[in-house]
Amino acid sequence: MRPRNTTSAGDDKIDLQMTPMIDIVFQLLIFFIMTFKIVAQEGDFSIKMPQKPSAGPPNPNQLPPIQVRLSADANGQLAGIQVGQRPLGRDFGALRAEILGIIGTERGPGSIAENTEVELDCDYNLHYEYVIDAITHVSGYTQGGKVMKMIEKIKFARQRPPG
Amino acid sequence: MRIRPKRDDLGDAEGDMTPMIDMTFQLIAFFMVIINFSEAEVSEAVQLPASQLAQPPEIPPENVLTLQLTAEGQVIFGGQMMDMQQISGALSRERQILQLSNTPLAEVTVVVRADRRAKTGVVQELISKCQDIGFERFALRAQQETADF
Repeated sequence: MRPRNTTSAGDDKIDLQMTPMIDIVFQLLIFFIMTFKIVAQEGDFSIKMPQKPSAGPPNPNQLPPIQVRLSADANGQLAGIQVGQRPLGRDFGALRAEILGIIGTERGPGSIAENTEVELDCDYNLHYEYVIDAITHVSGYTQGGKVMKMIEKIKFARQRPPG
Repeated sequence: MRIRPKRDDLGDAEGDMTPMIDMTFQLIAFFMVIINFSEAEVSEAVQLPASQLAQPPEIPPENVLTLQLTAEGQVIFGGQMMDMQQISGALSRERQILQLSNTPLAEVTVVVRADRRAKTGVVQELISKCQDIGFERFALRAQQETADF
């Protein structure tokens, strides 16, 4: 029987070469630090816009859409907001109050809010950020960190010609 | 004259590397976890408008097509910049690919990442071109704003 090697004081200590590993690790670390980018969260506003209306029977509870007109000046800045025939200046808060006045406080199935649609009619050269502002103020608001929904059905009116 | 100590007397003066390596690995693990490769679809040329109600969807849509629109009216699709005339051809090719994979166009969500200074008419034109191809679902993307109303 072959005797097992016993650990003795004569054994050489095996030194692992740490330097290449540390080099690679630091290179990885530098790569991640250089490519690190703080990106703000993004979210979507969903709109369903088929080219042709759906083939099924129309919803009898569907109310006529609320027309929201956004007009622009020559530079693409917001010139005015109008709900139906009612001008609201440039105040998106007034737009939200107007919509809340129409749909009331009731929510859920069968409510006015559920059966109402907003149609955005915007000038061609209006900056897109105002459209998102309008959609934000029409579709809800936050209260104590909670999102209170208003109108979720939003569509665009026919595109206006440039100029 | 001061006598320098002999080299043998110094002993091993190696610092303990273990805590540093531990910390470095933790940093690497942190960066690896938070790295987001989906940002490849995000162009620096587009500055999204901000909205407090823009929240990431709880269930991300399965079939997504991302169209980015710069302030100058150029469309970025599939990493390539093109003008409004070229986008119809690119969308037609995309439709063929979707049809080959038996994906109904009505189930595809077109994500519109338009710059805040883009003209609304151009955004509508882009949506209209998608509608001509047969897309129905659209998602207007905005950057989340944290401040309260």
